[in-house]
Amino acid sequence: MALDKRTVARIASLARIRVEAEELEALAGELSQILAWVEELNAVDTRGVLPMASAAVSRLPMREDHVTDGGCREAILQNAPKSAKGFFVVPKVVE
Amino acid sequence: MIAGRTGAWEVVIGLEVHAQIISKAKLFSGAATDFGAEPNTQVSPVDAAFPGMLPVINRVCVEQAVKTGLGLETEVNLKSVFERKNYFYPDLPPGYQISQYAEPLARAGRLILDMSEGTTRTIGITRLHMEQDAGKSLHDQEPGKTHVDLNRAGVALMEIVSEPDLRSAEEVGIYLRKLRAILRALGTCDGNMEEGSLRCDANVSVRRPGEPLGTRCEIKNVNSIRFLMQAVDYEARRQIEILEEGGRVEQETRLFDSARGTTRPMRLKEEAHDYRYFPDPDLVPLLLDPAWVEEIRRSLPELPDARKARFIKEYGLTPADAAILSGEEATARLFEAAARGRDPKIAANWVMVELFGALNRKGLGIENSPVSGESLGRLLDLIADGTISGRIAKEVFAEMAETGADPAAIVEAKGLRQVSDAGAIEAAIEAVLAREAEKVGEYKSGREKLFGYFVGQVMRATGGKANPALVNALLKKKLAR
Amino acid sequence: MTGRLPALTLAEARDGLKRKEFSARELIEAYIAAMERARPLNIFITETPERALEMARASDDRRARGSTRSLDGIPVAVKDLFCTKGVLTTAASHILDGFLPPYESTVTEKLWKSGAVLLGKTNCDEFAMGSSTTTSFYGPTLSPWRRPGDNRPLVAGGSSGGSAAAIAARAALGAVGTDTGGSIRQPASFCGIVGLKPSYGRCSRWGVVAYASSLDHPGPLARTVRDAAILLAAMAGHDPKDSTSAPLPVPDFEAALSGDIRGLRIGVPAEYRSSGMPAEIDALWEKGAGWLAAAGARVKEISLPMTRYALPAYYIIAPAEASSNLARYDGVRFGLRVDAGNIDEMYELTRAAGFGAEVRRRILIGTYVLSAGYYEAYYLKAQRVRALVAGDFRKAFETVDLILAPTAPSAAFAVGEKSKDPIAMYLNDVFTVTANLAGLPAISVPAGLSGDGLPLGLQLIGRAFDEETVFRAAGVLEDAAEFRHLPEFLAQDGR
Repeated sequence: MALDKRTVARIASLARIRVEAEELEALAGELSQILAWVEELNAVDTRGVLPMASAAVSRLPMREDHVTDGGCREAILQNAPKSAKGFFVVPKVVE
Repeated sequence: MIAGRTGAWEVVIGLEVHAQIISKAKLFSGAATDFGAEPNTQVSPVDAAFPGMLPVINRVCVEQAVKTGLGLETEVNLKSVFERKNYFYPDLPPGYQISQYAEPLARAGRLILDMSEGTTRTIGITRLHMEQDAGKSLHDQEPGKTHVDLNRAGVALMEIVSEPDLRSAEEVGIYLRKLRAILRALGTCDGNMEEGSLRCDANVSVRRPGEPLGTRCEIKNVNSIRFLMQAVDYEARRQIEILEEGGRVEQETRLFDSARGTTRPMRLKEEAHDYRYFPDPDLVPLLLDPAWVEEIRRSLPELPDARKARFIKEYGLTPADAAILSGEEATARLFEAAARGRDPKIAANWVMVELFGALNRKGLGIENSPVSGESLGRLLDLIADGTISGRIAKEVFAEMAETGADPAAIVEAKGLRQVSDAGAIEAAIEAVLAREAEKVGEYKSGREKLFGYFVGQVMRATGGKANPALVNALLKKKLAR
Repeated sequence: MTGRLPALTLAEARDGLKRKEFSARELIEAYIAAMERARPLNIFITETPERALEMARASDDRRARGSTRSLDGIPVAVKDLFCTKGVLTTAASHILDGFLPPYESTVTEKLWKSGAVLLGKTNCDEFAMGSSTTTSFYGPTLSPWRRPGDNRPLVAGGSSGGSAAAIAARAALGAVGTDTGGSIRQPASFCGIVGLKPSYGRCSRWGVVAYASSLDHPGPLARTVRDAAILLAAMAGHDPKDSTSAPLPVPDFEAALSGDIRGLRIGVPAEYRSSGMPAEIDALWEKGAGWLAAAGARVKEISLPMTRYALPAYYIIAPAEASSNLARYDGVRFGLRVDAGNIDEMYELTRAAGFGAEVRRRILIGTYVLSAGYYEAYYLKAQRVRALVAGDFRKAFETVDLILAPTAPSAAFAVGEKSKDPIAMYLNDVFTVTANLAGLPAISVPAGLSGDGLPLGLQLIGRAFDEETVFRAAGVLEDAAEFRHLPEFLAQDGR
């Protein structure tokens, strides 16, 4: 599937990565090329094959309901670009 | 059914309830879940989605969700899958919420509504799944900034989705109260709407009876049952008005404005949501051991419906009374404490009339009742053994509701013990008859209705404490002379 | 004595320390000097010499008290994808600027508990996305190798290029990397060293910056097969903090190096030959099969029909997972932030500035293949193909015990050579990516030189959690290949 500029702009927006308008064309070309290549998979007959999400061998392990973490606000906030009064601070979210 | 200008409309409502699971630690991390802690003090690097952090599920959260699934009579899936719901928001640190989508924990349950007229309605439960809560964004701390607290991020929630089976705001209220009662009885959610541990979104549409479903609007952000009922009512009328004027209802998400009692559209980015669900590769499917599920099933406490059936059978209550008294755990407990070993119908009446009335006047919930089931029972004993009359009992009850004091103590302190001394009562009767000689004459010439008047006067003369049966008998004897 | 120290293998250094021929301090000082000499190769993003000396002192103290551990005093280089407490961790990305993790990854924690010493954090492709260590925000790592008579710098391979170059340049005795599509084995092949990707779940991913969670495998890079076995033993083990970690005991991998592979059945997959492979690689592969046969193994041709589809499936699954895994780099809690008037603009500008071109490409592809309407056609399709790839191996392992294949379709290429064509770069992983999809252990062993004098590796793939057989045969391969060549950088250096 060849991607057009509009589609690239839409997925860039979904992924929250600013792509300047003049970059869209070239990017659409690159991504289309990769998609065309992965579409080789269409040649494979996968009828009746269950999707494989992981090679993990364990059953889902469960932790006990004990409080073992948290209470480390300083460590949680120390890398924050901006924090105040124990909160992370970000530019306004428009509701 | 709502009558519009152009005829009747049917309101169709489905509810999505988010219920916070009672657990000490979060769904996928070891941070605490207590409400009201200082910001970001209950956050682990997992909750803050630091690089390389991985989720490990809390066994108790799974158990609580299974318990709830069983309590709602769902089919619990022995295999369910955690997926990522991807979207950006500053209180969602990983940029995705771990939820269940294609393969939820449970499906196809039901919840029975106890209608006011004593009948029932069955509402389908579409699904129940586990997911993480988000953190909290505060938009009013500093101009142009949003402050983020992640204490709630990662707390375990159950999303319980109903079929679009509800037909009125009243049913919405009954559904939520019943669901809350079940969750509380199970001990899986405290049901506290003010603290946000029970949250509800409603999908509302209207249609002409018998027609296919109309376009629905989702109402979010409602934090009490009363407000939700208001919101549903408002929204139904808003849609009817649009349709009756030939307009079309837009499918949208609307917020309830509790100050105005209206709903308004949520301002959304023009870009539609695309959550890009896919199985979380940091987790593998949740496989439940059938023996464990059975063990949980066997450990379920008595739930409101079973309790209602028992109240009808054991106490001979009517279905309507049984529904009222069995619905909430606290009510049921109080009723049973009062009724045990006594006349259950009398106990039921006292709870529903006197106690509910008093609570209503005081604006108290049953949990905070100043009168316990045990003390109400002792009051009923005082009536039964003739210590006080039913009338005096109401007075004593009023005092109990005020002060929480023991009924016997009130009777003693106020000298309300019933007078059953025939001599004392005879003396009072004679005094009344002497004073009311004229009326006695009228009575004797056939105005028998005056008998009640004489009873009243005698009771008044004894401060209401005279044994009413004895007054009746002695008065009849005197007047017959 | 100390001048000769970097010539020792990890096992030899371990034994020398045991015999008190030199101290951990002397060994570490020698490696700090080697690390400094290797700076022109841009191997390390962060060097931690002070911490290394401190750890060396603690190691010598332990030895003096007689309580030594399996890797006591051994200098190790760590790919900058592993979170190290209080030590800058960048994933070679601008977006993690200044990030100091408040925790230590499980794998590195285990290494330090085994007495190993952190020398520094190595360069890699940004978020491990690449096969050349040229997509790093910190610039490319150069291979210590050059083509004889050609001064053009070569890539070290990737994404664990820094870790591979550190071993090849003798700037570390052991190294850890991650392998998502070939990121340990391909740079090992390019740099003439040993690199092992263990079974999925053998080494914990906790504390490792995620690229594609279902495909990421931490593993060792080392000078010899024995060294790799020693390192893996220290790194591996069940971790309750990683839900995909295998609850299995860790065998004694070093003890598996018996040298006896008589009767072992080795499969040679026919489909690996058809991909336009250079004759010299085909010839080396043939030679490798001959060595194993000479040692008593039975070599037979097998079929892995899905081979050619593994790479396209990988380039759907890995970007899909990456697009979600990398959503957390949003400028809110750590790393880079580009300020803006509202939150969405802040996200978009931060992520545009913070991610390089290859990372952006993969996030966009991943976002697309998961988006409404395409999920089934791309993502689920790729997962079904993944199941078929795993099925191929399952079937093959009914008749063989190991699979022998080339590690990469070429020797190292020049820096800048393939950066214009993403797909040409992706094709580097054509022989390695199948083991990632199936979660199988696989090792690359240096086996010979290409026509232009550069190392080439051969790969052995085993059954899940049968690293022991992989090591055993790899040891035999290593002995037979007698790869003793030293890179240009060391020859220059006079060692």
